[in-house]
Amino acid sequence: MAQIQVRDLVKTFKVARRKAGLFSALRGVFHRDYYTVRALDGISFDIGPGELVGYIGPNGAGKSTTIKVMSGILVPDSGSCRVMGLTPWQSRAQHVANLGVVFGQRTQLWWDVPVIDSFELLRDIYNVPHADYRRTLDDLNDCLSLGPLLEVPVRQLSLGQRIRCELAASLLHQPPVLFLDEPTIGLDAVSKLAVRQFIRHQNTFSGTTVILTTHDMDDIQALCSRVMLIANGSILFDGNVDKLKQSYVTEKRLKVEFLHPPHMTPLSDKVTIIENQGNRLELGFATGQLSVPQLVNQLAAMGEIKDIIVEEPPIEEVIAQVYEELGL
Amino acid sequence: MNGISLYFKLIRISVASQMQYRASFVIMSMGMALVTVIEFGGIWVLFDRFGSLQQWTLAEVGLFYGIIHCSFALSEALGRGFDIFHRYVQRGDFDRLLLRPRSTVLQVLGQELQLMRFGRLAQAMAILIWASWTVGVQWTVLKFAVLLFAIAGGVLLFIGIMIVQATVSFWTIQGLEFMNSFTHGGTYMAQHPLSIFDGWLRNFFLFVIPLGCVNYFPVLFITGKQDIFGTTPLFQALAPLAGAVFLLVSLYVWRFGLSRYQSTGS
Repeated sequence: MAQIQVRDLVKTFKVARRKAGLFSALRGVFHRDYYTVRALDGISFDIGPGELVGYIGPNGAGKSTTIKVMSGILVPDSGSCRVMGLTPWQSRAQHVANLGVVFGQRTQLWWDVPVIDSFELLRDIYNVPHADYRRTLDDLNDCLSLGPLLEVPVRQLSLGQRIRCELAASLLHQPPVLFLDEPTIGLDAVSKLAVRQFIRHQNTFSGTTVILTTHDMDDIQALCSRVMLIANGSILFDGNVDKLKQSYVTEKRLKVEFLHPPHMTPLSDKVTIIENQGNRLELGFATGQLSVPQLVNQLAAMGEIKDIIVEEPPIEEVIAQVYEELGL
Repeated sequence: MNGISLYFKLIRISVASQMQYRASFVIMSMGMALVTVIEFGGIWVLFDRFGSLQQWTLAEVGLFYGIIHCSFALSEALGRGFDIFHRYVQRGDFDRLLLRPRSTVLQVLGQELQLMRFGRLAQAMAILIWASWTVGVQWTVLKFAVLLFAIAGGVLLFIGIMIVQATVSFWTIQGLEFMNSFTHGGTYMAQHPLSIFDGWLRNFFLFVIPLGCVNYFPVLFITGKQDIFGTTPLFQALAPLAGAVFLLVSLYVWRFGLSRYQSTGS
């Protein structure tokens, strides 16, 4: 049975319509116009134990609302959700004990005291036996190299250091399910890599089910075998990353470097020139319309080739294209 | 770990955090104490001008003043989390509390023990001691117990008001100031004997927000003064229970608000 089972979730919000100006603000005290936003418009999915799922979509698509419903913070208008057999909003305390949650933009640590104090408090909040706590902390310490950070007040940590501590804090009670909401936002390259490596490690070795929302497609590329794409409250795609590319990638890139500037001859009209600079040429061509050998033959006639790279467009662009096609 | 010891652990963190900003703590505490001195100075000026308030002397009013401010200072120190709860909702910090397998009331109370309120407590106690000495209260163990009971009842009542105020912020964070008329305004009212008020104002502070019960009746018990309402000493001694009842009601209100919050998420 699926560890997380979501069926036909619907959630609407009432939003007050406000107009600019003092007069409207005063009017708003007595009378308000509301309009409803359908944040979730009947979404369903199953997630099995140990899966690592990327949850993506443009801002305001309903990602956070889904996470909040699955965490028990919000009650949906209709539909069902069961996480390890429990309905989050009905048995909140029991349910959240199974859950680790990291919000990249918000902290769960106590701001003014050393990190280790927060950890010990979380140990007591979750009633983690001392022996288990010590073992888990040692493991997390190894993976995230927290050592010197533990004695530092949270407010003095850099963002990258803080996120490492947040990850550890969310796992001290060894939850089987982990929700990560934009964990890599604002991080430098090194910290991003460290965070990704840790997430993969946790998923592989502890079997933790991970749901990751992000805007960074490199996160998805590096971590997730499965990706769910949500927009306007509906899930538009649910499957593996390669399938996403197959369905939406219709163009490949070919970069070629000549020994000398090439003698340009007209290429097939299925090819677009993206960049033409000195010895280098970057081309885009529609897959299925033109094969790579055909194109290479044409290029070989233009001059002596030093190097050729064929690549798919970065996933960023694929997603941008998907959003564009859907008119988002 | 049970709720009570977890509460003390949470409070320890809060105290440690405040000790990180020692200078600010000292200045704020002194400021708090000063406010009370000036406030009581205002009452003293009035009495100096007009002699007495109905049959009440300045020192007797000092008893009301001391008791209600002890309660108020303690409740502001303990209930700080509810007092500024709208900020947690606004910043989304409350969601974090919902993600922990513990009671929300316990966690909000554990957010902060505001130490600087003890400056005001010290001042209120000083006035209470001066007043009881000037009035010439014949202290017995029973009277002292009723005094502590009255202060405790007041603390529960004020925390109850703060919880109701916090519950309102599940719906709107605008216009919460009107709730201050119950805490600050109520404290101001309760500095004076209830008998000087009449009509709906008196009924309001007896039956809706029972400030009179945690303050007026116990003072009558302690001073042995005749009550214009003709209540018995037994009733006067037990009246502060009203604070506990109010708190219980406010916890139900909180529970209802919480379920509404989860379904609106605003």
